Amino acid sequence: MTAPFAPSSTRRPGRGRRGQRTAAALLIGPFVLLFLAVMVVPIGYAAYLSLFREQSSGLGFGGTRTFFSGIDNYVRALTAPALQKGFLHIAAYCAVYIPVMIGGALVLALLIDSTLARAKRFFQLAAFLPHAVPGLIAAIIWVFLYTPGLSPIHQFLDWAGTRVDFFGDDAILFSMANATAWQWIGYNMVIFYAALQAIPRETLEAAIVDGSGALRTALSVKLPMIRSSVVLTTLFTCIGAIQLFTEPETFRYDATGLSPEWSPTMFIYQAAFSKHDYGIAAAASLILALLGALLSFVVTRLGNRWKEA
Amino acid sequence: MSTLTADKTTHPAPDGAPRRRPPHPPRRPRTGGRILASKAAVNGILVLIALYTLMPLTWLLFAATKNNADLFGRPGFTLGDFSLFANLGDLFTYNDGIFGRWLLNSFVYSVLGSLASTLLSLGAGYAFDKYDFRGKEKLYGFILLGLLVPATVISLPMYLLASKVGIVNSYWAILIPGLVSPFGVYLSRIFAEGYVPGETLEAARMDGAGELRIFGSVALPMLAPAFVTVFLFSFTGSWNSFFLPLVMLNDHELYPVGLGLFNWNATLTQYPDQYALLITGSLVSVLPLAVAFLCLQRFWRSGLTAGAVK
Repeated sequence: MTAPFAPSSTRRPGRGRRGQRTAAALLIGPFVLLFLAVMVVPIGYAAYLSLFREQSSGLGFGGTRTFFSGIDNYVRALTAPALQKGFLHIAAYCAVYIPVMIGGALVLALLIDSTLARAKRFFQLAAFLPHAVPGLIAAIIWVFLYTPGLSPIHQFLDWAGTRVDFFGDDAILFSMANATAWQWIGYNMVIFYAALQAIPRETLEAAIVDGSGALRTALSVKLPMIRSSVVLTTLFTCIGAIQLFTEPETFRYDATGLSPEWSPTMFIYQAAFSKHDYGIAAAASLILALLGALLSFVVTRLGNRWKEA
Repeated sequence: MSTLTADKTTHPAPDGAPRRRPPHPPRRPRTGGRILASKAAVNGILVLIALYTLMPLTWLLFAATKNNADLFGRPGFTLGDFSLFANLGDLFTYNDGIFGRWLLNSFVYSVLGSLASTLLSLGAGYAFDKYDFRGKEKLYGFILLGLLVPATVISLPMYLLASKVGIVNSYWAILIPGLVSPFGVYLSRIFAEGYVPGETLEAARMDGAGELRIFGSVALPMLAPAFVTVFLFSFTGSWNSFFLPLVMLNDHELYPVGLGLFNWNATLTQYPDQYALLITGSLVSVLPLAVAFLCLQRFWRSGLTAGAVK
């Protein structure tokens, strides 16, 4: 990762060095400015907003009085029953989604990587194709597939003599996790598969010579060797999961158990755009960001421990 | 395969001697059977997973050929009256052709936005790899931290800032945030390391070319495969983006296709005859990316691989 010194600096110390510094500034500068504008400044602005409260006439413009309220917005956010429930919902969703997602993608990658698999390119493509479907459209397609009367799944279940209410309170977490997993399983599989392909062949041959079967090789040789990909992918899956918005927002028109504030992101959206309470929305946003940072820390930590084990 | 032939050759004992078995065959049928069983299991599971991943899109294809009555009246994987063209006609004429407008918007957001974003990322990634300056790695690490920031967290303050600057509910509100991609810079740096050798730059410098000229006419052509990969990631990112347009745009005329379909979905219970419209619209909005995926697989994979192996 360390970039080499630009070679010409030894030959033309004066002009070359300066030229390179100017070029670096011109090439990186615009990106950094935009990065500040759309990433850093908004976070700073959110932090600022979270410290103020507005007594609003409803529209947010004119006739409003803003006053400094300290940590009041954070207290209000953390004690809001809707947001507390939102975090519980997300925790339950993660408990279902993360193992299915990571486990499923790993199994898929190991299967395709195994010497027994045929038509590897086809299976890779088939698993990856759903990722070409935008998340929102994927959610809409699954709403259709869960709708009785419309869906071939219900027709199959009818034929088998059972009935499942995919929008019911018992099933809704699984229904949403399925819609998301369908979209991401191929993506994560490709990452794992690429890492598996990078394992030196000699290592695998040594395992086979030692009499290790395909299953054993997969679990105790291949899996530990791609752990950094597994940790990284788990991390990004967690960060995606805590922001869950598209699926519940799309499903809630059919699933009565999903309130408009079901997930933390939905809570933020409602607080900002229905109630025009920007202070609490900003505070909740930062709490969510903090949770993301905390999760990153924990996942990386666990990953390191696995590495040492 | 060899177990059968091996049995056949040993079975007839021409000289009347007791059948002699070579030392290995007794184990071979079992091992062969086990390999066959494992092979069947592995490929069987893969077929099931492929059925799972392909079923929804296949169903969408079938469903888009049906009219509203057949959608609910006939089983999912059968054909009704073939109404695909009627559906497409309805889709593109409904509400003064708003769907075509949405598609066009999506293309503007995704193609123009991603072209600009890719150039920015490549420039920055290249400079991070090839030049040295104080605090470089710190700045780079800071930019990578952006990968961990939940997108929804900055959408609200971004909306408030945009409304202060007066660009809310305009093309700019979607295009400008899309320009910044920390992942694009990360990929570009890796690609610049691999595709642009230091000696080539050195040679260009000896010829007296200025640094920016070297980037534009020496490095950039060498980075063409990187360009496609980074562009593809950026394109899917903006084609898929939903929360930002939802927050930023009021005007239906400015909607990208996803947000438009979301609104149709939200009003479906009031207008049940929109089912065919929504299904056909979903299919049409999936097609551009699906085609891009199939044609440009190589670039996708190289991008993900770069992310995974490092």
